[in-house]
Amino acid sequence: MNVLEVKELSIALPPGADRPHAVSKVSFTVGRGEIVCLVGESGSGKSVIAQSVMGLLAKTLPVASGSIRLNGDELVGMSESGLRERRATRMSMIFQEPMTALNPVMTCGDQIDEVLKFHSGHSREERRKRTLNIVREVALPEPGRIVASYPHQLSGGQRQRIMIAMALVLEPALLIADEPTTALDVTTQAQTLRLIAELQAKHGTGVLFITHDFGVVAEIAHRVAVLRLGELVELGTRDEVLKHPRHEYTKMLIRSVPTLKPHGRPVNQDTPVVLETRRLSKIYGARGWFGRGREVRAAEDVTLEVRRGQTLGIVGESGSGKSTVARCIVRLVDPSSGGIRIGGTEIATMGATALRPLRRKVQIVFQDPYRSLNPRRTVGEAIIEGPLNYGVTRAAALERATKLMELVRMDSAALSRYPHQFSGGQRQRICIARALAMEPELLVADEAVSALDVSVQAQVLQLLEEIRTRLDLAMLFITHDLRVAAQVCDQVAVMSGGRVVEYGPAEEIFQRPKHAYTRALFDAAPGRDFAFGTT
Amino acid sequence: MRIGAGVIAAMVLVAIAAPWLGTVDPSLFDAGSRDLLPGKSGQITTLEGETLQHTFLMGSDSYGRDIYSRVIYGTRVSLVVGIATALLALAVGIVCGLSAGYLRWLDGILMRFMDGIMAIPAILVAIALVALWRGSIVTVVAAIAIPEIPRVTRLVRSLVLTIREEPYVEAAIALGTPTWKILFGHILPNCVAPLLVQGTFTCAFAILVEAVLSFLGVGLPPDIPTWGNIMAEGRAQFVSFPHNVFFPGIFLAVTVLAVNMLGDGLRDTLDPKMAKRI
Amino acid sequence: MFSFVARRILATVPVLLIVAVLVFLLLRLTPGDPAAILAGDAANTEQIARIRASLGLDRPILAQFGIWFGNLLQGDLGESFYYKTKVATLIAQRLEPTLSLAALTISIAVLVAVPLGILAAWRFGGWLDRALMGFSVLGFSVPVFVLAYILIWLVSLKLGWLPVQGYQRLADGPGPWLYHLALPSITLSVLYIALIARVTRASVMDALGEDYIRTARAKGLPEVRVLVRHALANAAVPIVTVIGIGLALLIGGVVVTESVYAIPGLGRLTVDAVLARDFPTVQGLILFFSFIYVLVNLLVDLSYVFLDPRIRY
Repeated sequence: MNVLEVKELSIALPPGADRPHAVSKVSFTVGRGEIVCLVGESGSGKSVIAQSVMGLLAKTLPVASGSIRLNGDELVGMSESGLRERRATRMSMIFQEPMTALNPVMTCGDQIDEVLKFHSGHSREERRKRTLNIVREVALPEPGRIVASYPHQLSGGQRQRIMIAMALVLEPALLIADEPTTALDVTTQAQTLRLIAELQAKHGTGVLFITHDFGVVAEIAHRVAVLRLGELVELGTRDEVLKHPRHEYTKMLIRSVPTLKPHGRPVNQDTPVVLETRRLSKIYGARGWFGRGREVRAAEDVTLEVRRGQTLGIVGESGSGKSTVARCIVRLVDPSSGGIRIGGTEIATMGATALRPLRRKVQIVFQDPYRSLNPRRTVGEAIIEGPLNYGVTRAAALERATKLMELVRMDSAALSRYPHQFSGGQRQRICIARALAMEPELLVADEAVSALDVSVQAQVLQLLEEIRTRLDLAMLFITHDLRVAAQVCDQVAVMSGGRVVEYGPAEEIFQRPKHAYTRALFDAAPGRDFAFGTT
Repeated sequence: MRIGAGVIAAMVLVAIAAPWLGTVDPSLFDAGSRDLLPGKSGQITTLEGETLQHTFLMGSDSYGRDIYSRVIYGTRVSLVVGIATALLALAVGIVCGLSAGYLRWLDGILMRFMDGIMAIPAILVAIALVALWRGSIVTVVAAIAIPEIPRVTRLVRSLVLTIREEPYVEAAIALGTPTWKILFGHILPNCVAPLLVQGTFTCAFAILVEAVLSFLGVGLPPDIPTWGNIMAEGRAQFVSFPHNVFFPGIFLAVTVLAVNMLGDGLRDTLDPKMAKRI
Repeated sequence: MFSFVARRILATVPVLLIVAVLVFLLLRLTPGDPAAILAGDAANTEQIARIRASLGLDRPILAQFGIWFGNLLQGDLGESFYYKTKVATLIAQRLEPTLSLAALTISIAVLVAVPLGILAAWRFGGWLDRALMGFSVLGFSVPVFVLAYILIWLVSLKLGWLPVQGYQRLADGPGPWLYHLALPSITLSVLYIALIARVTRASVMDALGEDYIRTARAKGLPEVRVLVRHALANAAVPIVTVIGIGLALLIGGVVVTESVYAIPGLGRLTVDAVLARDFPTVQGLILFFSFIYVLVNLLVDLSYVFLDPRIRY
C-alpha cells in the first residue's frame, strides 16, 4: 500500500484571487521508501498541497474536492483531534526557514522532548534517551550540549537537523519536506540532503520533497511531479522527467537550468581595466565596555580586477564576504583599508563630496526586487533620479529612460506606473534600467537573480549578457549559485571567510579547481553530474 | 473610522457654530437661576443688564450659568488645544527624529535627553509647567506638547533607522542623491502614515490632559469655559446635582473616543502591517 | 549576562542625571523672577526676598546646582513652604495609600488583561476580539475622572455598595482597607487593562503568526500548549515592557483618582502642593515619581534575562 495517495485534489482560493483554485485536480502517490519531488515555480501550489496533507491550511483555503489518504486513512474531512494524533507519529513536516521555525525561548532538547511527551507514554528518562539518540542520528556532535542549547546558539544547518530530529523521532511513515535546503548554503545543503536520504533509506520513510531547484531533484528524487499554476503537468521517474520531458512547460524549465559547464567564450585580456581593488579589507567590530572585543573580518586582503567588456564573478557562501566587497566598491560602506581604483582614480578614502561625481561610474543592482524601489515613486521617477542629480534636464532624463525601457525589453508605458504593479522579474529589469541611466562603466549585480524563479532568472541573465556586449560594460557578478556563475562569468574569484581563495579564468576554475574549498564547493553542487536533456 | 471622523466633523461644526446654537455668552449668569435642573427655564442677565428668559437645556451651575452654553463653547477650547498640541509635537518631533536617525553623532545625546523627559510622567510635567508659566492656551499647549515630543521623536527615529536599511535608499545613495533629498524625498514620505496615526493619538491625549489639568484646578483659568473647568466647579455639588459633571464629561469622553477611533481607523487603512500593533 | 545587567544599570545613571538637571532647571528657566512666581501675585518684596534666599536663588547657578544635588544624594529633598516639614518626610507619610492603590490596580489589571488579550488573539476577529478592542478604545478615551464619577454615581450613590471616598490604613484591617480601595482601584485599572489587553493581544497575535507556531502545530501539540508555551512565552517581552511603560499613565491616573476619591496619598499631595505654590514639594514629588518610574523600568529590562534566552548570552 502506498504511504500517501492524493487523488484529484482541488483546493479553492478566496474570491478575488487571480485563479479559482490554488490546486486543481492533482493526483500522485508516494510509496514506502520512495522520495517524490514536487517541483514548480512560485505560485504553483506545491506548498499548499504539502500543508493540506498535514491539515495545516488556513480556513480561507478549503479543500474543495478530492481525497488524501495516509496509509489508507482518509485525511480530508478528518477531525482536528484525529489529525493532531497523526502528526509527528504518522506524518511529519519540515519547513524552509530553520532560523524561524524553532521556538527561540525553548531549548532544542525540550522541543524534541515535546513531541515524545504529547504523543507517547514514555517516562522522562526514556524520553531523554530517545532525544539524545535522535540527535546523534542526525549527526550532531556533542548531543548533550546541543540538547541544552537554544536555537540561536546553533547554525542554520544544525537547526535544520534539529527540525529533522523532531520530525523523525517517532518514525512516521511519511515525511514532508517543504524546501528544507533552499535557505542553506551549498555545502550545508549537500550535507542535509545526504542526511535526509540516509535516514529515509534506513527507516523506510516515504518522502514528499518540495523544491524549485532542479539540481536537488536530480540529486535525490526517485520520482518527480511538475506543477504549474496548480495543475500537475508531468509525473514520472526522475530520469524520465529530467532527461526526456514531454510537456512544453517542463521542457522550458529544464532548458532554463544553467549547466555547470562554463560558457567557454573567448576572454579578451587587452581591454582597459575598469575596476581594481588592492588588498581591500573591511573589519567590523568594537571593543566592548568590558574589554571583550568582537571583531568581524568581513573582507580581508581582497585583490581583484575587472576589464571593460568582461564579467568577474565573486562566488561564495553566506558570510564569505562577497556582498561586503561589492558594497565597499560601490562605497555604500567605507573600507577599513586597501585601495579601490575606478578607471584609475583611487576612491577608497574619498570624502562624500569628492566621491559624488565618480559615483556615476559604478552602479549596483540589488538582490531583493521587492525592496529595491521606493513604493511611493513611479518607475519613471525612480529611473531619472540618478541623472537628475547630475544636472541632466528632466526632459533629457525622461528620454533616456524611455530608451532604456526598450533596452530592458519593457513597455515605456511602464514609466508612469508604480512598482507594486510589476512582477519580481520586471522589477529587476527596472532596477537594471535605473543603474544604466547613469551610463556607468561598471555594473555590480549583487545576487541580482537569486530571488527569481528559474525561468525568469534565465531571461534576466540573458538580458544582462546582451547589455554587457552592447554597451561594452564591465560587470561584477556576485552569486552563491555556481550554475549562474558558470553561465555569465569570464573570470571567477572564489571567496570564503572574507578571503579570496582562488582566482582565475572561469574555464580554469570550473574544470580544474585547485583550492580545497573550491573543490568542496563544486562537489556539493546538487545534480552536478546529471545530464539534463530535452530530447 | 468613519464614525470617528463623522463625530469629529460634527464637533468642529459645533465649535464653529457655537454662537448660533441657542447658546448665550457662557460667562453670563443670574443669581436667581442657580442649580437649575436640565430642561428648566429661568432668567439670565446679559452684559447690558437686560433679563432674558432662557431654557437651561443642561441645567445651570452654582453661579447660575448655563451649562449648555459653557459646554458648547468648551468644544472650541478642547479642539484647539488638541490640534495645536498635536501639530507642535509632530513638528518638533519630526525634526528631532530625523536628525537623530540620520546623524549618528547626534543620536546618542538627543535620545538620552528624550529618555530623561520621558522618565518624568507626562501629567507631572504638564502640571509643573502650567503652574510655572501661568495658565493660558499657549502655555497649556506647550506644556502638554513637551512630554509628547519624545514619543514622536522615538517613532520618527525608529522609522528612519528602518527605512535607511532598505535597498531603495541604498540605491539612492549609489545614484548620488544628496542626504537632504534622501531624507525628504525617500524617508519622510514613507513616514507620513504612522505620523498621521500618532498625531491623532497625541490630539486625543492632549484633549484628555487639558481636561485633567482644568479639573484639578491647575489648567486654564476658570473664566475660560473648558469641560474640565465645568466639571471642577460642579464636583462639590455632585451628589445632589450630577448634571454639572455628567454633561461635560460625556462630551469629553465622546470627543476623545471619536479621535481615538479615527486614529485606529486611519492606522488600519493606511498600514495594515501596523494594524496589529497598538 | 553579567555585562548585560551591569550595562543596563549603568544606563539609568545618565537618565536620572538628566531628570535631575531638568527638574532643577524647571523653576530657573521660566521667564520672570522665579521667586516672584513662587510667592504669588499677592506677595510683597519682603516675602519674595525671603523665598529667594531660602531657595538660594541669589547664588550663581552652578553653585545652586551643586548644593541642591548634594542634598539630593543625601536624601534631602528640601523643605515644604506650605507644610513646614521636610519634603522627604511628607512623601514617607503619604506613601502608603498611593502604594496600596497602585499595587491593587496593577494586580487587577494584569490578572484581567493578559488572559483576555490571549483569548482575543487566539480567536482573532471573533466576538471576544471585537468586544475587547471596543472596550479598550473606550478605556483609553473615557478620562479617569469621568469614569470615576460614573462609577461613584452608579455603585455608591445608586446601589450603595461601596463608599464614595476615603481611605483606611492597612494596619487597621484588610477588610476596611479593601472596602475603601475597591472602587478607586477598579476605576484606575480600567485604563491599565485597556492598555495591557491591547498589547497582549497584539504581541500574541504577532507570535501566532511566526513560523515556530506552524512547527508546533505540525508536531500535533494540543492547542493550549501551543498558546502558552510557544505563543505567550514569546509574547512576554512586549507585555512586560508595556506594564513598565504604562506606569507613567498610572501615575497620572493616581493623581486624578486620589483627587476624586479623597485619598490622602502622593497624588493628592501633588495637586495640593501645586495649588499652594509649594515648589520644593512639587520638585521633590517629581523627582520621586521619576525615580520610581526609572527603577520599575529597569526591573522590567532586567526581567528580560529570564524571559528571552537570546539576551542572556
